[in-house]
Amino acid sequence: MTSGWSLFVIILTIANILACVWLLRWTSKPRTASEKIGGGADTGHVWDKDLREYNNPLPKWWLWLFYITVVFGLLYLVFYPGLGNFAGVGGWTQAGQYEQERATVEARAAALLAPLAVLPVAELVNNEQAMSAAHNLFQQNCAQCHGSDGGGAVGFPNLRDANWQWGSDADSVVATIAGGRVAAMPPWAAVIGEPGVEDVVAYVQTLGGQQADAAKAAAGQVHFQTLCSACHGMAGKGNPLLGAPDLTDDAWLYGGDAAAIKQTVMAGRNGQMPAWGDKLGEQRVKLLAAYVTKLAAGK
Amino acid sequence: MTATHYNDKVVRQFAIMTVVWGIVGMLVGVLIAAQLLWPDLLPPYSFLSYARLRPLHTNAVIFAFGGSALFATSYYIVQRTCHVRLFLDKLAAFTFWGWQLVILSAAITLPLGITTSKEYAELEWPIDILIAIVWVAYAVVFFGTLALRKVKHIYVANWFFAAYIITIAVLHITNSLAMPVSLTKSYSVYPGVVDAMVQWWYGHNAVGFFLTAAFLGMMYYFVPKQAGRPVYSYRLSVVHFWALISTYMWAGPHHLHYTTLPDWAQSLGMVFSLILLAPSWGGMINGIMTLSGAWHKLRTDPILKFMIVSLSFYGMSTFEGPMMSIKTVNSLSHYTDWTIGHVHSGALGWVAMISIGTMYALIPKLFGREQMYSVKLIDVHFWTTTIGVVLYITSMWIAGVMQGLMWRATNADGTLTYAFIESIKSTYPYYAVRLAGGTLVFAGMLLMAWNVWKTIAARTTTADSPVVQPA
Repeated sequence: MTSGWSLFVIILTIANILACVWLLRWTSKPRTASEKIGGGADTGHVWDKDLREYNNPLPKWWLWLFYITVVFGLLYLVFYPGLGNFAGVGGWTQAGQYEQERATVEARAAALLAPLAVLPVAELVNNEQAMSAAHNLFQQNCAQCHGSDGGGAVGFPNLRDANWQWGSDADSVVATIAGGRVAAMPPWAAVIGEPGVEDVVAYVQTLGGQQADAAKAAAGQVHFQTLCSACHGMAGKGNPLLGAPDLTDDAWLYGGDAAAIKQTVMAGRNGQMPAWGDKLGEQRVKLLAAYVTKLAAGK
Repeated sequence: MTATHYNDKVVRQFAIMTVVWGIVGMLVGVLIAAQLLWPDLLPPYSFLSYARLRPLHTNAVIFAFGGSALFATSYYIVQRTCHVRLFLDKLAAFTFWGWQLVILSAAITLPLGITTSKEYAELEWPIDILIAIVWVAYAVVFFGTLALRKVKHIYVANWFFAAYIITIAVLHITNSLAMPVSLTKSYSVYPGVVDAMVQWWYGHNAVGFFLTAAFLGMMYYFVPKQAGRPVYSYRLSVVHFWALISTYMWAGPHHLHYTTLPDWAQSLGMVFSLILLAPSWGGMINGIMTLSGAWHKLRTDPILKFMIVSLSFYGMSTFEGPMMSIKTVNSLSHYTDWTIGHVHSGALGWVAMISIGTMYALIPKLFGREQMYSVKLIDVHFWTTTIGVVLYITSMWIAGVMQGLMWRATNADGTLTYAFIESIKSTYPYYAVRLAGGTLVFAGMLLMAWNVWKTIAARTTTADSPVVQPA
């Protein structure tokens, strides 16, 4: 704010407050020698046959209430920012208040998390205090997509089963949470056409142990081995390095019926796990890695 | 010939539409309260979704119900207290049909999702232009009548109506300035936080001038008339009028505490909101004390009960407002249902109850009846409304404080104690109580509709009443 605007704000503010005070003082006493206040005196005006006004004095308690708010307001503007560029003698800023409150919470948390930080993921799993903090972290940061029980939803992996799209060892899980993952299933409609996709779907269904048209599945197998096996492997067992799911089990991230699989193969899918490392820091990521490991083990 | 009679036709039209829009607006309110309790209540059409119906509710109760009540009473009062017929009959008729067209346009566009997304200013630019035109016509009719007055002194009710008409024009036009990209879409001319500040300067003064000053105007005529007593204090009305309109102008930033709005603007919003307490209470004192010497009338006159209880709710919510504007309190109350409770103690307790009481006083006069068809039913309406409003605001207080406490609770490990969804889950019982309260208020409006219908059916005249000669 330029000093000109600052002055404008200051003058307008003070003028408005002082005008209220002047108004109060002016209406507290008679304006002419002959004016009567209270005691049933009215202003002498009559409207619409019988509409009149008494000229009662301002109630004392109300007058004091008004003055008190004015004094409080002026004192507040001395201590807090308000009068243009004048920052107030109290030194308060809302950013400062935020930093202070954050620091208090962080200091308390650091005291609790520091002793846990030295433990490996495998030990954290069995540490009650660690799992309690991790549960809170999960509810606050992960539950929005993976569900409050970690059961997942369509497009968001179920963390309660033994299927690990990106690997189940501690390092992989930490890497998944800290760095995030981008899983890209390409669309195949333009490459093999809709009949080709339907053949592949039939073959994928048989991989997962479902019933499907044998002739179509056989035709699909040819496509699968030339195109899909690059990521999902010749046997369809998947590849954790690429995040390519195992197709021979019963876990289906985007749905396991023919229609859902067809949609997946036709149009592709884009899985997006956000990176939490910068936001949560190493200690908390490790706690979460232990928490989801425990969830997957069904404990 | 007509100059010897008041223009009561336009008053009658607006009075009837007050009841109609009151019922419509409150029905939508009950519906969305039920949706919060049962999210799958209505079929999944976009135009029946909470997000589309909520602005329909707010616009219907504020501008359709409240607006019609203000048009009706300001036209009635300005004629009676100026002792002259309304200026320009045709223009007055235009304000009626124009305002109804605005309401109809809102009722169509808001459910279709056509919105500027500015709260209480959602209507898109073609409707905004129509509002501006109708409002200027309103100003011409009102101030024209005032200029033709046969008495020297302008009655206090007209000060408040004058302030409201001028200020709403300025607020509406300034806040609605936008660059249209199509017939149904425009973008605000203000960038970022300036837009937010202009919006809440508008928003809070819509509360201050539309929902407060204007209804005080209504109060200043109908309370002394109904009580048969003089207004308590002329000098109190002078000081509280000027202090109210000058300090209200600053209060908007308290809607933007702890945002990117600069600290100094937030502080000024808070300071002036606190100073606003006494000027607001000036109106309450003047209204309630007007009854001194006539308290016994409260026993027998349910219309006065409506008016006095409305002033009590007015006093309560104008105390609550300054408290909620204090940064420390606001950090707890903001974004919670406490705000919703506060709004409704003002909107239902004050605005709706003073309007309902006034309509019960006004409608028989407009149709040549001594009183409403059933006075007993007015009393029933009074109790259903009072109990409904109390249920509504107490449940929202508890819900709001609970939400605020849940959202700020942290664990020793630095995480939030509660996920957001847990606060929603805990609010369900209070949503149920709120729905019950809202339903009671709505049911009262149906009683009113029947009572009004029977009163009008038994009308003795719809002729304009003769202009009273000044004393």
